[in-house]
Amino acid sequence: MVIKVVGSGCSNCKKLLELTKEAVQSLHVNAEVLYVTDLMEIAKTGIMRTPGLIIDGKIVSYGRVPQLDEIKTFIQNA
Amino acid sequence: MKNIFIWINDAFLKMTWLERFINWIFSEVFKIDAETQLFKSLTFFFYDIIKIFILLIILIFIASYLQSFFTAEKTRKILQSKKGLGANTIGALLGTVTPFCSCSSIPIFIGFTKAGLPVGVTFSFLISSPLVDLASFILLASLFNWTIAAIYVALGVIIAILGGALISRLKMDRYVADFIKQDQSSKMMMCAEPQLTKKDRMHYAIEQVKEIIHRVWIYIIIGVGIGAFIHGFIPEAWVLAVLGSDNPFSVIIATIIGVPMYADIFGTLPIAEALILKGVGLGTVLAFMMAVTALSLPSMIMIQKVVKPKLFFTYISLVIAGIILVGYIMNATSYLWI
Repeated sequence: MVIKVVGSGCSNCKKLLELTKEAVQSLHVNAEVLYVTDLMEIAKTGIMRTPGLIIDGKIVSYGRVPQLDEIKTFIQNA
Repeated sequence: MKNIFIWINDAFLKMTWLERFINWIFSEVFKIDAETQLFKSLTFFFYDIIKIFILLIILIFIASYLQSFFTAEKTRKILQSKKGLGANTIGALLGTVTPFCSCSSIPIFIGFTKAGLPVGVTFSFLISSPLVDLASFILLASLFNWTIAAIYVALGVIIAILGGALISRLKMDRYVADFIKQDQSSKMMMCAEPQLTKKDRMHYAIEQVKEIIHRVWIYIIIGVGIGAFIHGFIPEAWVLAVLGSDNPFSVIIATIIGVPMYADIFGTLPIAEALILKGVGLGTVLAFMMAVTALSLPSMIMIQKVVKPKLFFTYISLVIAGIILVGYIMNATSYLWI
């Protein structure tokens, strides 16, 4: 599983990255967490409001920092 | 009825009780002579800091809760169905309510452009967004009065509408960075607009309060510090020599000082307040505030990545020209407002 955290480096983006890593760790799933900060890459995803969360190519959340439990659900449903 | 309004205004917005309390502490407890410059600076600093932080926390919460209903995606959808000056107007108005942090300006620009919106409409949105929002409106009303707050908002929106309209008029669409135009092919894989519950919105609003306070507190303290210093120690004659209405270049100087500054409107307000108290013209002060908030080095660096130089300089010149014009008009007519 590939999980991408999309953001241009603002504090909310870093927070989502932390939470995502935490979620992956506590669920013991085999997932690679990537932090996408390149503007061209962000533009390609179509996300207009950072931070965004993409799991295996599908945008599951954007424009806000979901709570830890919500992120866990995203990962489990993917 | 009018008395009730004045009472609410004084108690909650102007917090006159807080001013009396701060004055009392410094004159009675610390025994500082109320006529000294030190007293003026200290009371200004503590009264402003406490008031701004109380108001800010409440306002960001309310504004963020309301803003969670206005997303950039909805804005884009609404704008796609509008044309001409109407589109610029709606774009500028939506800019005042859509949540926006400067690090989102590029994704928003690209998202709007790829959806086929004219670049002028996108700029109307991008100009008004940092310039005007609910929190700055209420804080302006608190530090000055409701008329000045309303004028600031109206002028900010007008600059955004006309700036964007002129960009469209000058056929600037071809000066968007090539990589955005080339990227048309890539499919956008949008997920459905998340259905937020009341609890989600509350959570969002609380997170916004934390995030924004965390981001701007240092600017507020610096801003209030500068304001307090000007208020207590800088002679009125000096300030007026540079920014007074007798100096024909006052508005231009205020604008040029303000443009590269990176501060939040909340950090700028106390400086503006101190300048007004020194007798600087309303137009000059408004121009300074607008210059600080509308343009800053970080935001210019970001915009410059997605547009070509010609459009970039047109955008900067239009905003600066608009602000300077507003400054002179407001100085000439300020007797109507204060």
